[in-house]
Amino acid sequence: MSKASPTTIPASLPASPPAVWEYAPALESSDVVSIAPSYDLFIDGEMQAPSSGEYFTSLNPATGESVTQFAHASVEDVDRAVATARRAFEGAWSAVSPAERAKCLFRIARLLSERSKEFVVAETIDNGKPIRETRDVDIPLAIGHFAYYAGWADKLEWAGFPGATRPVGVAAQVIPWNFPLLMLAWKVAPALACGNTVVLKPAETTSLTALLFADVCRQAGVPDGVVNIITGPGDVGRTLVAHPGVDKVAFTGSTEVGRQIARALAGTRKRLTLELGGKGANIVFDDAAVDEAVEGVVRGIFFNQGHVCCAGSRLVVQESIAEEFLSRLQSRTSLLRVGNPLDKNTDVGAINSSEQLSRIARMCDAAESAGAVRWSPGIALPDEGNWFAPTILSGVSTSDRIAREEVFGPVLSVVTFRTPEEAVSIANATPYGLACGVWTDKGAKAAWVADRLSSGVVWTNTYNLFDPSSPFGGFRESGYGREGGVPGLEAYLNVEETP
Amino acid sequence: MTLRAAVPKTALMLVNGRLTQSESTRTYELSLPDGSFAGNVCQASRKDVRDAVRAARAGYKAWSGVPAAQRTRTLYRVAELLEERTGVLAEEVARAEGISRESANTQVGEAIDRVVWFAGWCDKMVQVLSSTNPVPGPYSSSSGPVPAGVAAVVAPNQSSLLGLVDAVLPALSSGCSVVALASEDRPFPAITVAEVLATADLPPGAVNVLTGVAGELVPVLAAHADVDVLDLWGVESSDLAREAEVLAAETLTRVLPPHHRTHREGRSSRTLRGFVETRTVWSSVGK
Repeated sequence: MSKASPTTIPASLPASPPAVWEYAPALESSDVVSIAPSYDLFIDGEMQAPSSGEYFTSLNPATGESVTQFAHASVEDVDRAVATARRAFEGAWSAVSPAERAKCLFRIARLLSERSKEFVVAETIDNGKPIRETRDVDIPLAIGHFAYYAGWADKLEWAGFPGATRPVGVAAQVIPWNFPLLMLAWKVAPALACGNTVVLKPAETTSLTALLFADVCRQAGVPDGVVNIITGPGDVGRTLVAHPGVDKVAFTGSTEVGRQIARALAGTRKRLTLELGGKGANIVFDDAAVDEAVEGVVRGIFFNQGHVCCAGSRLVVQESIAEEFLSRLQSRTSLLRVGNPLDKNTDVGAINSSEQLSRIARMCDAAESAGAVRWSPGIALPDEGNWFAPTILSGVSTSDRIAREEVFGPVLSVVTFRTPEEAVSIANATPYGLACGVWTDKGAKAAWVADRLSSGVVWTNTYNLFDPSSPFGGFRESGYGREGGVPGLEAYLNVEETP
Repeated sequence: MTLRAAVPKTALMLVNGRLTQSESTRTYELSLPDGSFAGNVCQASRKDVRDAVRAARAGYKAWSGVPAAQRTRTLYRVAELLEERTGVLAEEVARAEGISRESANTQVGEAIDRVVWFAGWCDKMVQVLSSTNPVPGPYSSSSGPVPAGVAAVVAPNQSSLLGLVDAVLPALSSGCSVVALASEDRPFPAITVAEVLATADLPPGAVNVLTGVAGELVPVLAAHADVDVLDLWGVESSDLAREAEVLAAETLTRVLPPHHRTHREGRSSRTLRGFVETRTVWSSVGK
């Protein structure tokens, strides 16, 4: 494989962004949501105080201000939640027919839809992502997941499994902070549709919409104990997944924690699915529709501040167009608005936590020391809160750490290639295998490349599209199992051999 | 008149399309239930495992590149060749398992029929597991199975032939290549099957059959970073299974649990979904 020459930035590019239209602020009011000063644990259909009496503060990442307090579940609380879920599984939930399960899930979807503005604003405040994203992506997709899996609840025998299906039992579900309500929907919807009960632990920095969801469960008439939500930092998740009363574990988060969970579950009968990290390659060929590809690359890495497991965090661009493409990319990136997440004009919001911010900054500094050329648009960032400007690192070679390790921030590494074979080779050259993008106007080439990518999701001439019907998950160290569609049912069912 | 002595076969393993002894030259002695000498079985080493996995990686590229319908015909050919050796296999199964010749014959027939059953799956699996996803907007989305790659499978210790077939065929019909560890105590039927596989039209490395000590080799397979699916189907020891799962966790290798831990699974989820990855491809649609 020939060594690609690093792409240099033309010296004439201005450091400050070109003149942009001044937009008047379009702030969404936070009045629509009423945030309590603190939240307890949701167990057995009611709010229960943590046995330790401990609470922890959750901050607004955009302002650094306190949003509310959440309960720190103790080992005893986890035990109680699991026991409750077991009781509900064997009792109330088993007594509910599949058709009634379906109706319950449809009610949840409808209620989320009725209260969507409330969830949109709450998620924005708690997570730091722009309200346009919570409004247009997070909440609609979460609603969609409940509506989609509702329809499967009473049709499982038609789903194509080679035998009679039964629920697995009690599912322990640990979710990350990047798409809080959406990740909750991805876990809870299929679990309930298949007749399981759940104990869910949201991420400690983003527990708000999960607790609001608890209230939706009340309104929807979900039987007590079918959905249980316990909050707390990592230790609560560790306790939960290790609990002997749990039949199945579903985890979305970092590869390293996924590894720990896999080890912890060794020798047990627990089923496990993992949806872990990624280092997605956005491959741009010289025959791509350039303007669309630029949008797609921007969307791939700066959407949700790059806090996306399937982010297109590597631009793998054909050498012949690299310089021109990079120049257009920088111009487009300079137009991104970084600012108040509640402002409907905002494109890029806050980094979710100060820990994550430090990690991103450290990795960029290290990449620069290792020889990458670093560029960011010259924009002013707010003083309060966690902020990181969109960053492009070029002159990166495939063996550099920044080309292989997940940053989980608005940082794009640029690598060039000459032939389609090389592009595939580069795309596959990480331990991950979650998602890739392919940009070319030649359909045959797009299909050829897609066939060769060790990637659970391939987006051709688009990026970061999701749908409840569309299975999502990774190869290799991006985990195992799929969420969405029929494969998403598999993890929550036991299939019995037909004699 | 001198009694004619038999010409006993040397037990070999199948690696990279060739029948071979262990690179370590180690063997272990196998006795029949009545205590008499059955033969010296190759005791595979860590290096044999590494060689087999390397062969399986190349074998996977070749085998997954064979058109599905052709894979069906190749596996059917395996069934034909096994059928021809029914007598030999029945003799070996009867001797290894201490059962009657008649019972062994039945088992051999069942094993061959199962190979035929799996052969028929090669070009249908994709259809059963594929979907067009009804996504909104000017996009198309479809999902389908892709063979996971190199499958390391542990055949059951007790069931010398049927167990081996159940262990190896699902991965093979999915388009994966296989490194199979045969029964430690009853390997002779597997060795004969390996000889058949060596002469069928499989690409070199598509199937590799090792014999040896499970406790020694399973951890090596589990820790190997180039194994895509670790199937502990035939592992009897809970401790060994647990050790293997811990090792496999390092590289997040998918592990299929031992048979005794599955939920009455026979020819069910493991058959169809155990050895494939789902890939979802979205496309932009427009003029």
